[in-house]
Amino acid sequence: MTPFSYLRAQSLQDAIAALAAEPGSRVIAGGTNLVDLMKYDVEAPRRLVDITRLPLHGVIPTDAGGLRIGALTPNSDLAYHPQAARDYPLLASAILAGASAQLRNAATTGGNLLQRTRCPYFYDVATACNKRAPGSGCSARTGINRNAAILGASEACVATHPSDMCVALAALEAIVHVEGPNGARALPIADLHRLPGDAPERDVTLDRGEIITAVELPSPRFGRHHSYLKLRDRLSYAFALVSVAAALEIAGGRVVTARLALGGVAHKPWRIREAEALLEGAAPSRAAFAEAADRLLQGAVGLGGNDFKIPLARRAIIRALTQAADGAPQSQSRKVIN
Amino acid sequence: MDQNDRRPGAELVPVTLVVNGETRRLEIEPAVTLLDLLRERLHLTGTKKGCDQGQCGACTVLVDGRRVNACLQLAVMRDGCDVVTIEGLGTPDDLHPMQAAFVARDAFQCGYCTPGQICSAVALVAEGQARTPDEIRELMSGNLCRCGAYSNIAAAIGDVMAGAAGAKEAAE
Repeated sequence: MTPFSYLRAQSLQDAIAALAAEPGSRVIAGGTNLVDLMKYDVEAPRRLVDITRLPLHGVIPTDAGGLRIGALTPNSDLAYHPQAARDYPLLASAILAGASAQLRNAATTGGNLLQRTRCPYFYDVATACNKRAPGSGCSARTGINRNAAILGASEACVATHPSDMCVALAALEAIVHVEGPNGARALPIADLHRLPGDAPERDVTLDRGEIITAVELPSPRFGRHHSYLKLRDRLSYAFALVSVAAALEIAGGRVVTARLALGGVAHKPWRIREAEALLEGAAPSRAAFAEAADRLLQGAVGLGGNDFKIPLARRAIIRALTQAADGAPQSQSRKVIN
Repeated sequence: MDQNDRRPGAELVPVTLVVNGETRRLEIEPAVTLLDLLRERLHLTGTKKGCDQGQCGACTVLVDGRRVNACLQLAVMRDGCDVVTIEGLGTPDDLHPMQAAFVARDAFQCGYCTPGQICSAVALVAEGQARTPDEIRELMSGNLCRCGAYSNIAAAIGDVMAGAAGAKEAAE
């Protein structure tokens, strides 16, 4: 690990000022991703700004009937929070599909949003990677690309976003609250993560010095018809090859509202409004689900090692929508896929 | 980084931890992980270094009662916390019920992952989220055992959970 100095922030303004004052500063909270990356010298901040003592904890009901989740809320506390688990079971399920109990205890809500890709070339400092070392090239494009993106990738980068939680947050249309040198602002989660384009070193749209303070969920609508289906190389404790967050409102035998997001396939949770719109007004059926899947996967391309993800994703979308429509969400402990 | 590799002129930060009930005051570099502090400074070598990247669970300890990977915790960030390691759970003459269950079920072979397995399992029971064998396995998935003692590990945890449930019923 490259030596660094340590600052324990006493206030949010303290932390924001520290980030602005020293460009080599990084925020640390749970540390489950950043400490790992620092051990590999993928990240080498000159200073760490520890925000864990700031009052950004807690899950609080909002006036709009939703929930405001403090950025420092551990993933496990959120997944097992009684109101969150009852009203947003899709989110709780996605969180429990990710990592391990130990990591979920340490990892925070804000940190989960900002975790970095697990592309093996990003982690291997001996190889070219435009995300780690801009301009050095992309080793994954022609290398081992089993985990690489099939949607929204660029010549410069084919990395995927590794989060499960963010896929559910995308489907639930969460709002991300941030605060920085220019004050506080809120943005839809769809606008937080970005596609790699020609600047893959930038995972998110945040400005320097901005800190995520909370994630807000709109009032709950998908308590009955939802499923988070995650497919990976082993039964547990592995990143998704493909994951699907599916949420439906059904009334009178018709889909009223549909929300559909994919994980493991792109640089950000992948959501296309037109795919959801195809379902709305239709009766739940395999044909309708397949049509939505094809729209969501429109433009998907493989790189060789990840070609299998395209048909896998199509089938996973249909399966997750079927589970959601049936009110039979995928269990995250009993791994049989019904 | 092990503390023995201390670099000349490196910043030292004071940190106070309560480890297995004993208050420990140290000065450390910010880069020292909780795992290295426990093993190299406090010589509590029951906590194992396996992958050192949060993938194997051999370093699992309880911080303020919650199980975490000590290899991914910067010790300076845990200033003021309560830490329990395998050495704090029981002794050879007075085993923790989970340790006794692991012995009774022969829930290990080489034993390297065992301290982490036991700390993790103790937390799993305290969390109260696992009820079925599938749930025990899922919530223990952060602890790898390359000898493959999983079935006996899950059985040992099930024994302790059944015992705890029985004790609770008896008390009610």
